[in-house]
Amino acid sequence: MKYMLLIYTDESTWQDPAQAEAMMGEYMTFTQGIVDSGEWVAGDPLEGRESATTVRVRDGSTLTTDGPFAEVKEHIAGYYIVDVKDLDRALELAAKIPDARGAGIEVRPIRDMGMPS
Amino acid sequence: MALEAALREERGLVLASLIRSCGDFDLAEDALQEAVLEALEHWPKGVPDRPGAWLLTAARRKAIDRARRETRRDEKHAQASLLRDDEPEFLAPTGAIADERLGLIFTCCHPALAADARVALTLRTLGGLTTPEIARAFPVPEATMAQRLVRAKRKIKTAGIPYRVPPAEQLAERLSAVLAVIYLIFNEGYSASAGDSVVRRELCAEAIRLGGVLMDLVPAEPEVAGLLALMLLHDARRSTRVDRRGDLVLLPDQDRSAWDRAQIARGLELVELALRRAGGRPGQYALQAAIAALHAEAPVAAATDWPQIAALYRELERVLPTPIVALNRAVAVSMAEGPQAALVIVEQLVRDAALNRTYLLHATRADLLRQLDRIEESAAAYQRAYELAPTAPERAFLERRRNEVASRRDLPSRAAP
Repeated sequence: MKYMLLIYTDESTWQDPAQAEAMMGEYMTFTQGIVDSGEWVAGDPLEGRESATTVRVRDGSTLTTDGPFAEVKEHIAGYYIVDVKDLDRALELAAKIPDARGAGIEVRPIRDMGMPS
Repeated sequence: MALEAALREERGLVLASLIRSCGDFDLAEDALQEAVLEALEHWPKGVPDRPGAWLLTAARRKAIDRARRETRRDEKHAQASLLRDDEPEFLAPTGAIADERLGLIFTCCHPALAADARVALTLRTLGGLTTPEIARAFPVPEATMAQRLVRAKRKIKTAGIPYRVPPAEQLAERLSAVLAVIYLIFNEGYSASAGDSVVRRELCAEAIRLGGVLMDLVPAEPEVAGLLALMLLHDARRSTRVDRRGDLVLLPDQDRSAWDRAQIARGLELVELALRRAGGRPGQYALQAAIAALHAEAPVAAATDWPQIAALYRELERVLPTPIVALNRAVAVSMAEGPQAALVIVEQLVRDAALNRTYLLHATRADLLRQLDRIEESAAAYQRAYELAPTAPERAFLERRRNEVASRRDLPSRAAP
């Protein structure tokens, strides 16, 4: 089954340069691990929330606003898509992502639309 | 074996095996329901030798038929695993059904499900309770409970929650989630709060039965024995906890001759087993069971080994550092060393904001103050406890106590210093 692991981050955990560097190292190791195990499908970090733009269409006209969809302290900083046996394995991987110790990781199954891949 | 007893006895085993083989709760439940209808038609002529194997075979046939019908409608959702005509080994060579219940307990108690859904799903799937029965026990409207079950089953399917016993490195953590669900079911039945009393007795019996099943499946785990012992020892006192008017009767005033001695004996055996297997590091259930055992063993309330109980609570506070455990320790200390030593612990707890809204804390404080002849403060604390108490029997009890204390205050002999 495929799952998306949505990485929520609390920016304060990334403010200390030494800590940030250590966490980046952990991310590299984690990613290499799931690439080697064949569970990695996709994954990318996202640019910061100050780069986000939100688009809404209302009554046919497009409203474009600066900023993320929701103004909350934690925001989405990246994602992985993994192909694993079951939820238990997805949860096990999520727990190894450095930001699990910060804001947290949301694990969502990817709906199978039967599209050719 | 009577027909209904046979059905009830085998249902959990058969359902677990079906869910495991077709990987779908709803398909398994529907197929079993059809098989049961067929059984009701055939069995009056004679219950088969192995009713479980009969049911499982019939239900598997129904499930395969259903899956085939689905497939014709929608080729994409073919339940390929079911369509293989080679039968997997769902029957052991002896003809007994392979026991898949342990894996299913872990599925139903998976931490990815909401706590109330875990309880409902466990009762529905592994216990023999119907949805209306579970709804009456909690109590919520039947439609709410049905919805809760539908949502839980849907999440198991869409989120990919596995049907299996977790691997060794996760077992301890996940087993404690299972034990928590079983204990929650028991407490829901045991506590004197709202709900149908017959169904609540059923909940206790069901929790004890599930504890027994777990004991058969993972006999080496000391906490499993501890939990089963704890439930048996509490349940042995059930009939003496409320009087004929429905008022709460406290432990020292309970009629010990009416306690279920056979059940206590079984509980005591299991406590010893749990403590022995824990090897000097007993867990929360073994410790609570050991405390319950000391109460059960005292022939009269006055003979209770309070110093030992206070020591066990100290151990329990180490593994389960909650305010309620601390409060219970205070009560044990008051019995072992006197009210003044206990009041020191209680006054610390009063400063804890979370516990300040707990009626038990104020009731305990009131009782200690009463023993120390601090009558005004005691009456005020009883009043506070009365205002916070959740159920009618508890409020009635606290009201009686408050009035007793208040009348002592008015006695002339107490007026002079």
